Amino acid sequence: MARKAARTKEVEGRFDAVPEPVRHSPSPQEYLDFYRMMLLIRRFEEKAGQLYGMGLIGGFCHLYIGQEAVVTGLQAAITPGRDSVVTGYRDHGHMLANGIDPRVVMAELTGRAAGISRGKGGSMHMFSVEKGFFGGHGIVGAQVPIGAGLAFAHKYRGDGGVALTYFGDGAANQGQVYETFNMAELWKLPVVFVIENNQYAMGTSVNRASAEDQLYRRGESFRIEGLQVDGMDVLEVRGAATVALDWVRSGKGPILLEMKTYRYRGHSMSDPAKYRTRDEVQHVREQQDPIDRAQREIVAQGIATEDELKAIDRAVRAEVAEAADFAEQAPEPELSELVTDVLAETY
Amino acid sequence: MELRLPAMSPTMEEGTLAAWLVKEGDTVRPGQVIAEVETDKATMELEADEAGTIVALKVPAGTDGVKVGTVIAEIAVDGEAPRPAAASQPASASAPPRPLQPAPGAPAAAPVARPAAALQPAGGRRMTVREALRDAMAEEMHRDERVFVMGEEVAHYQGAYKVTQGLLETFGERRVVDTPITEYGFAGLGVGAAMGGLRPIVEFMTFNFAMQAIDHIINSAAKTSYMSGGQMRCPIVFRGPNGAAARVAAQHSQNFAPWYAAVPGLVVIAPYDAADAKGLLKSAIRTPDPVVFLENELLYGRSFDVPEGEHLVPIGRARLHREGRDVTLVSYSIGVEVALAAAAELEEEGIEAEVLDLRTLRPLDEAAILASLARTNRMVVVEEGWPRCSVAAEVIAVAMEQGFDDLDAPVLRVTNADVPLPYAANLERAALVKPSDVVRAVRSIL
Ligand SMILES: Cc1ncc(C[n+]2csc(CCOP(=O)(O)OP(=O)(O)O)c2C)c(N)n1
Ligand SMILES: [Mg+2]
Repeated sequence: MARKAARTKEVEGRFDAVPEPVRHSPSPQEYLDFYRMMLLIRRFEEKAGQLYGMGLIGGFCHLYIGQEAVVTGLQAAITPGRDSVVTGYRDHGHMLANGIDPRVVMAELTGRAAGISRGKGGSMHMFSVEKGFFGGHGIVGAQVPIGAGLAFAHKYRGDGGVALTYFGDGAANQGQVYETFNMAELWKLPVVFVIENNQYAMGTSVNRASAEDQLYRRGESFRIEGLQVDGMDVLEVRGAATVALDWVRSGKGPILLEMKTYRYRGHSMSDPAKYRTRDEVQHVREQQDPIDRAQREIVAQGIATEDELKAIDRAVRAEVAEAADFAEQAPEPELSELVTDVLAETY
Repeated sequence: MELRLPAMSPTMEEGTLAAWLVKEGDTVRPGQVIAEVETDKATMELEADEAGTIVALKVPAGTDGVKVGTVIAEIAVDGEAPRPAAASQPASASAPPRPLQPAPGAPAAAPVARPAAALQPAGGRRMTVREALRDAMAEEMHRDERVFVMGEEVAHYQGAYKVTQGLLETFGERRVVDTPITEYGFAGLGVGAAMGGLRPIVEFMTFNFAMQAIDHIINSAAKTSYMSGGQMRCPIVFRGPNGAAARVAAQHSQNFAPWYAAVPGLVVIAPYDAADAKGLLKSAIRTPDPVVFLENELLYGRSFDVPEGEHLVPIGRARLHREGRDVTLVSYSIGVEVALAAAAELEEEGIEAEVLDLRTLRPLDEAAILASLARTNRMVVVEEGWPRCSVAAEVIAVAMEQGFDDLDAPVLRVTNADVPLPYAANLERAALVKPSDVVRAVRSIL
């Protein structure tokens, strides 16, 4: 069930409100695709965690485990390449859901020349202009005005594209988010703001950091409509995506989606995790896991059997293992790469 | 499957296996916490990745100094044919974060009176830079009720890098304040609180994030005293880690010292060892001027001797870490470690290098720079940062303008490469300043 911001607003002289989203009814193939993508992200992130532990990945590494339904449901609703996507440092899942080859993502994590940023960006800094994926940003909140800028470019060119701008519950407290909201609504920019509310910003829970902890209401004073969505259910997410994209594509300006979700792992790989109980994490895993839920429904609806789903799991594991082998064996960048691409031109 | 002790943070090399939460024969679920591992930073929980059964525990609970990569348990993973362990030991690609040797202990020598920079006597209690900083804050908070700490994760989480560990427990939420992720806002709020009579210590999780707030540091804090004709002061400390950490890439690895050191109205401090970290932070908290206090994440875990009792280090005075007559190596913060390692290497070749630690970057201890130059007639500036418009460039200008007659060779700077810091391990190593670069520079001017 989605929850809407309390107020409606006047658009172009008439009252208009965001319609109530409905849970998406997928075709059997579509549901299996969602399942496979969520599983790919989960297995990929588990493998990344292992490679980190073995010292093959260094620095900060933020895993997306638990949040898979959000990016899977939203990315399925846009056209990579036509639309634009931008997010923060927790970006591996976004890369995969945007159709980027797991091998070049993993090779970026291991800092190899075959990585999508040639090993120079690492976990937090991945980009694919071809697929309309604009990063991969390490500064909390900085991607929000960048997302509005991508939307500005879509509107300017009149190409019908939309910018999906993902940020966290913690990022939602940065001042530049509200400067952006104002401009985005003022100029009716085609941007979907997606708050991935996984309930914690490092060790700070939403209600310890937010005066208004119902984050879908954060756009109200800018007249931006907000929807609160169950981000642990890929079909709810996909349903909300339809409503949001219809709204934005029809020129009505930005919309805000608060995705209620949860991260199972620590904030990054160095998180002592004393700010929440083990029971809390275990409870969400057992009661709300997006992959388990999809699995149950797929079997119950007769879309696939348990065995068929196990075969998908095996295929995904093999794909991830291959990506990891590739990322381990790929050579490091040439030392000459150190000084390339600082600027585009030579002067 | 062999379970190896994972690296649980960017800088972890070993840990204590504090406790096993499972025993042999137990089944485990994914996400179940199976062990507690202590590092110098914190106690962390080790989770099972997959469902399976614990076949054997290979390292008993309570074992210290377990190296990352050690096999600590054997697990039979459910439903998967045993696959040969995917990766062997950490590949050569992931060598230890920084190729730096621990600093050699400073030779004991009689303290020389100011203004010459002096060697400090050895001795005192051994502690990490992290603990020294925490003690400095705690002592000043006990001494002055107006002092409070504010920043992201400083209270309940005990600090993102554990520098504020224990402060919440001692001083409570009124004086140890967790903020939202709102650097611009809380930096400005800190300035206002300072204007309003308090003594804020504003922690930036790292100085990379202080860029969100730099307007308040420069336009609000640094200019207050001057613009008000001395009527209004702004006693505030902005502190946090600065410079490159380990493999955290371009947006999280930069040295802002030259930026702040360029601004009149600020005091800028960047200590190297624990004694200076403590003594200078205490002085910073007491001064009526706004201070930018630049720490270094890689130094937090290093241990040094810190004098017992009240220990204050004056702002604006450099420190000699070692004497030598052939060349002066000038540096600050983690660059001092590089300079000391280079000096040790040069000593083996019979070259005596003097190592001068600036400690305060604004105001710069020009007298100490010039006095050392007068003794050695040769100088190399070592900086973990970019070369252009650097602190090194400033030190060279001082030598040119005021020490020209003492110079027997051009003053050189040895710095990081002039590029955003790359992520790849080999490129990062190539980009960062290292002792061998310093040794080469010294040889070229002798
Ligand atoms: C400007 C800035 N301040 C602080 C940080 C350090 N930091 C990195 S992630 C993070 C927490 C962000 O939480 P949230 O926005 O909820 O996203 P999540 O990590 O939960 O995905 C913090 C404080 C940063 N990277 N940038
Ligand atoms: Mg969050």
